Amino acid sequence: MRLAHGEQAPPFRLAGIDGREHALADYGDAELLVLIQSCNHCPYVLAWEGRMVALQADYAERGVRLVAINSNDAARYPEDSFERMVRHASEAGFNFDYLHDPGQSVARSLGAVRTPEVFLFDRDRRLAYHGAIDDNRDDRTVTTHFLRDALEAALAGETPPVLDTPPSGCTVKWLP
Amino acid sequence: MGNGPEKIELLYWDGCPSHPEALELLREVLARRGVVTEVELREVHSQEEAEALGFPGSPTIRFDGRDVDPEGANRRPTLNCRIYRSEDGRISPVPSLEQLEEALR
Repeated sequence: MRLAHGEQAPPFRLAGIDGREHALADYGDAELLVLIQSCNHCPYVLAWEGRMVALQADYAERGVRLVAINSNDAARYPEDSFERMVRHASEAGFNFDYLHDPGQSVARSLGAVRTPEVFLFDRDRRLAYHGAIDDNRDDRTVTTHFLRDALEAALAGETPPVLDTPPSGCTVKWLP
Repeated sequence: MGNGPEKIELLYWDGCPSHPEALELLREVLARRGVVTEVELREVHSQEEAEALGFPGSPTIRFDGRDVDPEGANRRPTLNCRIYRSEDGRISPVPSLEQLEEALR
């Protein structure tokens, strides 16, 4: 079942592409934490990830930390292996942590179903917004910036104007 | 190709949400070109089926057996969303109208 609005972020400890382990508590200094269920191979992710980089760049100074998590079954989808994560992050110029969840415990705790799928947590690490980054995978035709709007609201201590949108993307590739 | 291909196939995997959009684009292009050939929809259910059909991801569109994106057609058969690149370098889960138009020529 998917995490509900106001519920706490699930604890985790996952390997990052930087060779270090990253736990939820390590992001304690962040004003807001954005977990994005992601992967290497999905065209929806690839279409949106430039905007993920832009969001991290735009909001870093205001204490927002974006973290992408890949939970896909790499045995059936070798494009989503840890080695390919390292390569992909370098090629795509990721300016945020990219973590590997091979046991899929984080994806299950979040109740994620798609890539990309956003879970924005407030200062108390309660879910403030869930869903899509914006309303169109084609950046030329975006009209509503759900995540940016939610970030602005949460940074101001307000409730985001939209709490939940349906994520559009590939399915999470579950282990058999 | 005369008035268009004799066989038009759209192969898809239900785990990827892009095939309705691809079908809409395809029908738009066919209508523009006056092609009346019916689109055959075929769902791919398993990895074995993907391999047997040479299905490199969803959606895959073929005109008389020729993939509308020949470069992508040779990728590993898989139950996955297919990656298309438009001429301006943008990545999309569906072919562009231009790609479909070009494939019809």
